[in-house]
Amino acid sequence: MPKQPVPPRLSLRGITKQYPGCIANDDVHLSIAPAEIHALLGENGAGKSTLMKVIYGLVKPDRGELLWDGLPLEVKDPAHARKMGIGMVFQHFSLFDTLTVTENIALALGDDAGELGPLAEKIRTVSEKYGMAINPEREIHTLSVGERQRVEIVRCLVQDIRLLILDEPTSVLTPQEVEVLFVTLRQLASEGCSILFISHKLNEVKALCHKATVLRGGRVSGACIPSEQDTTSMAKMMVGDDTPVSTTYPKVLGDKPVLEITQLDQPSHDPFGVHLKNLDLTVNAGEIVGIAGVAGNGQEELLASLSGEALSKAGTVFFNTSSAGKTDVALLPPDQRRALGLGFVPEERLGRGAVPEMSLTENALLTGFLTGLVKQGMVGWQKTEAFADKIIKDYKVKTAGRHAQADSLSGGNLQKFIIGREILQDPKILIAAHPTWGVDIGAATAIHKALITLRDQGAAILVVSEDIDELFLISDRIGAICDGELSPIKPTPQSSIEELGRMMAGDFSPQVQPATEGTHA
Amino acid sequence: MDIDLISNILYAMVRTGTPLLIVALGELICEKSGVLNLGQEGMMLMGAVVGFVVALLSGSLLLGFMLAIVAGMLMSIIFAVITMELSANQVATGLALTIFGTGLSAFVGADFVGKPIDGLDPIFIPVLTDLPIIGRMLFGQDLIVYLSFVLFGGVYWFIKYSRPGLILKAVGENPHSANAIGLPVLKTRYLAIIFGGAMAGLAGSYLSLAYTPLWAENMSAGRGWIALALVVFASWKAERVLLGAWLFGLASILHLVFQGLGFSVSPNLLAILPYLATVVVLVILSSNQSRSRLVAPMSLGKPFYAKS
Repeated sequence: MPKQPVPPRLSLRGITKQYPGCIANDDVHLSIAPAEIHALLGENGAGKSTLMKVIYGLVKPDRGELLWDGLPLEVKDPAHARKMGIGMVFQHFSLFDTLTVTENIALALGDDAGELGPLAEKIRTVSEKYGMAINPEREIHTLSVGERQRVEIVRCLVQDIRLLILDEPTSVLTPQEVEVLFVTLRQLASEGCSILFISHKLNEVKALCHKATVLRGGRVSGACIPSEQDTTSMAKMMVGDDTPVSTTYPKVLGDKPVLEITQLDQPSHDPFGVHLKNLDLTVNAGEIVGIAGVAGNGQEELLASLSGEALSKAGTVFFNTSSAGKTDVALLPPDQRRALGLGFVPEERLGRGAVPEMSLTENALLTGFLTGLVKQGMVGWQKTEAFADKIIKDYKVKTAGRHAQADSLSGGNLQKFIIGREILQDPKILIAAHPTWGVDIGAATAIHKALITLRDQGAAILVVSEDIDELFLISDRIGAICDGELSPIKPTPQSSIEELGRMMAGDFSPQVQPATEGTHA
Repeated sequence: MDIDLISNILYAMVRTGTPLLIVALGELICEKSGVLNLGQEGMMLMGAVVGFVVALLSGSLLLGFMLAIVAGMLMSIIFAVITMELSANQVATGLALTIFGTGLSAFVGADFVGKPIDGLDPIFIPVLTDLPIIGRMLFGQDLIVYLSFVLFGGVYWFIKYSRPGLILKAVGENPHSANAIGLPVLKTRYLAIIFGGAMAGLAGSYLSLAYTPLWAENMSAGRGWIALALVVFASWKAERVLLGAWLFGLASILHLVFQGLGFSVSPNLLAILPYLATVVVLVILSSNQSRSRLVAPMSLGKPFYAKS
């Protein structure tokens, strides 16, 4: 090769974007060479999303410039970005449920889509070439989450793609699906396409990426070659030096069953819902049980029948808390279950965990009303405010104060508030969905510690999460849910990521020992 | 029942169903974009009064129809600005638009109540009009009825086969995704709302210039509301809107049918049939949650805030 340096496919120079009250990007420099897989690392709120929206033309930077193959480029809108060969795979898929795969892709291609027939043929060919076969005639709502992601990726691949941006692509995949995705991405890169891989999962970045740029608080806090780093040093770049980034917790096994589900069989009324099939589950006092699973496999339905939002057949759900002994709660509404000692952290923060337009004080009252905040039908506002203040203080919620509206908080801070609200009520049973989803490492550690402390005080805790690392970190026993069925729950030390991955994909058979004899025939 | 009677019933059915069909096609497009405009009734009344007054003063029916369409569009633009730019609640804004249109049309038309006008004449098509049974129904109507056939064909094709139709459905289903892949959400919704307004204006003027050529206060008599129900009844499909509009038309003229057959049923009792049918259909549709969730545009009635 001649020594003439190839200009980077994309380089960003001094990108700055300010929103009222915060600087999302502050003088960000970044460059990606052709065929390079480049990681953009950072916690939530570090400015990753804003930066990629700038590249994709969804947001105009206040300052700074973007060079494309060495030439200045102003990306006007996503259509313009696509035309230049920039494709993007969104974290929350930008797909339309009632349209077919082909129609979805045609929409994004704009006027270049042409006739649907030939396009469908092209989708078939391209998807097979990259090992992600999809049927172009299917409607999106019939596809699994992993398949939907394939549609998003194929949507970028059917055009002439030169830079592919993926926003936290692995958060919705099983470990096995992640492997398949990485094979595809490596193949793409080897063909000369640059890839910008946005993530906060350090192991994946180490396994896949050639280079990494780390953002913290909107600024570039470091750049490195991931294969030469260990995850701790990269984590330090992400969170700063003063936050502890890794820790382990002792595993224990509980004794007294506190939450019991027996033969819970529940058809779903929702056409997009999942039928729960004969679930059996016991959570003991003083232990954390973790349920893994890819989104949309029955987690929502399971959580609803535990929280009381959905009622079940009598004799399928039992609470065994000190106050009332073993009680059949299958037909009890949420408030009566809470009265028996239930705490619940729903998946959706705004809308179910908290009312967006209400203040933190009012949101504290929403589930705390049984703890003496309401007397004879009258709200004790002073006590409620004190309770809200305590949550804010104990859980280091960053907010303007207890009068702030719930939707003014960042996702992570609101999550800390909701977790704090539930834990401070001293529940006997705590059910938490995705307790640290979208929460930065520092806050996640704080939430994990709070859960462990609660466990050690004797509460029975059920955690449903898509983050396998988190489940292995805090669960004492672990299992997976797939298509409404629950795998056997095993003590965490006896399980493995590989086994859990198979369970998430629906293979519940006991671990097959590698055959060491009799195979040589 | 003799053939003449059947032929006449079918003729009247289509004629009565036409204003419903036109306004429902407009609302269909509007709802497909995710916007629920409850102002149909008000926009129809404005179309009816503007069409009548203009036609009476100028002597030109054509000018009447055209300005009625413009009046409907202007009304819908009010709605569009309030709901799109100011992100007001669509239901409340639509209701306000109906109340506003009802009052304003009564005010504008106060001096014109009961004045006579020569309505639109039917256009007979040689040979075809004389076909047995369906001849008058399909080929013995006036221009606007023929136009409604064309409009139906156009809307059907637009939603099912055209690229802008695909964009329309995408915007109605998930405006945030549409925005993320670069589709013009607000522009699409504006155009859909304005099309809905134009159709309501045209339907209104059909009432005052062709169906019953005169102006009377509140003469749309709830047709705007029936059209809203009709779109749900049709589960947001153009071909079922056509079928539904004609069925509702038939229900409205049933008293003629019964008279023809020699039964005597109170016309007042029969007059409630279309409304009763609406309620029954809505109950049946909403009884099956899963079905109604799959057919309705998913973001119907939800405002969209563009973030930058």
